[in-house]
Amino acid sequence: MSYLPYAVAAWICLVGIAGIATSRNLIHLAVCLTVTQSSSYVLLLSVGYVKHGVAPIFKGTKLGTPAVDPVVQALTLTDIVVSVAVVALILALALDAHRLSGKVDPDGLADVSG
Amino acid sequence: MSRRVRIALLGPALLGLGALFAWAVAGLPAFGDYRGPYGDLLNKVVVPLRHTTNVVMGTTFDVRGIDTMGEEFILYAAIVGVTLLLRDESGRRQVERRTRRLATDSVRLVGVVMVGGGLLVGLWLIAFGYITPGGGFQGGVLTAGAILLLYVVGSHRDYRPFRNEHVLDPLEGLGAGGYVVVGLAALASGSAFLTNLFGFGTPGKLLSGGSIAVLNWASAIAVTVAMLLLFAEFLETYVTPLEPKDAGS
Repeated sequence: MSYLPYAVAAWICLVGIAGIATSRNLIHLAVCLTVTQSSSYVLLLSVGYVKHGVAPIFKGTKLGTPAVDPVVQALTLTDIVVSVAVVALILALALDAHRLSGKVDPDGLADVSG
Repeated sequence: MSRRVRIALLGPALLGLGALFAWAVAGLPAFGDYRGPYGDLLNKVVVPLRHTTNVVMGTTFDVRGIDTMGEEFILYAAIVGVTLLLRDESGRRQVERRTRRLATDSVRLVGVVMVGGGLLVGLWLIAFGYITPGGGFQGGVLTAGAILLLYVVGSHRDYRPFRNEHVLDPLEGLGAGGYVVVGLAALASGSAFLTNLFGFGTPGKLLSGGSIAVLNWASAIAVTVAMLLLFAEFLETYVTPLEPKDAGS
């Protein structure tokens, strides 16, 4: 009986958002976004956990052994792929922004046009 | 919005979000007290019905196979986006890079061993993905990472085949398109899209899971090549930095 993993997920999410809002570097911002997104992995996996459950892989484990939810694990996989895609796009945009303005501080981009 | 205003707003906003989180969590069953029917149901039926001992992969490539197709195309769209953003056709320079070598042989030796080991583990994760922990996505990322290590410990020349778009682009098409073709093959045979076609084989053996094995390899190719394309685009920008257009101003 514990709510600790949920609290961890909430904490990771809030810390990540705080990092994004106070970031002074676009690369740092992308890392903070990854941190925020990883809170959803923790949350998904916590929701699917079964007490004393094994991993849902029945190679060497008897069928019918209590196992954790495979659905949330598959969703976490999707989540990670989306995270990779988004981070790649943000880094590409950061490179572009730096190429055009010579700056990596998101606050410094306000006066850049085009 | 100025930086000071943003940070002043951040505190209350985070407090509010934290309160909402606490409220939501209070309504959840306690950790480990799992109630949803789907997980238990899948753990019961996937092995007897699909003969894949890794239920997560059975779920990914069969039960929610259409979602995974969408997921593959999310990655695909992101690569296209990155390529469009970074590729600057006008200023494209085909300058032959001078060969760069790492200073110490010991670092290179460890690196080369890691390339081999990484490739081996990556391919194992893919091949046995639906039997033991692993899968096309995870193995694909690891395989691409191992290949990128070749760039780190080797030279531009060693890595050149892995950033050649004439090789990578058709392979990416093969991976992404192969998934759809498996789905369409089911449609052509008179079943629903992505219905599992082939024989299910023996659970725990490499020949098991029917279409799952094929879809697993298709997504592995798509993910590996997508990662290599990403690396190639970033390396091109990073290694041969394009001059700012208005460098003089």
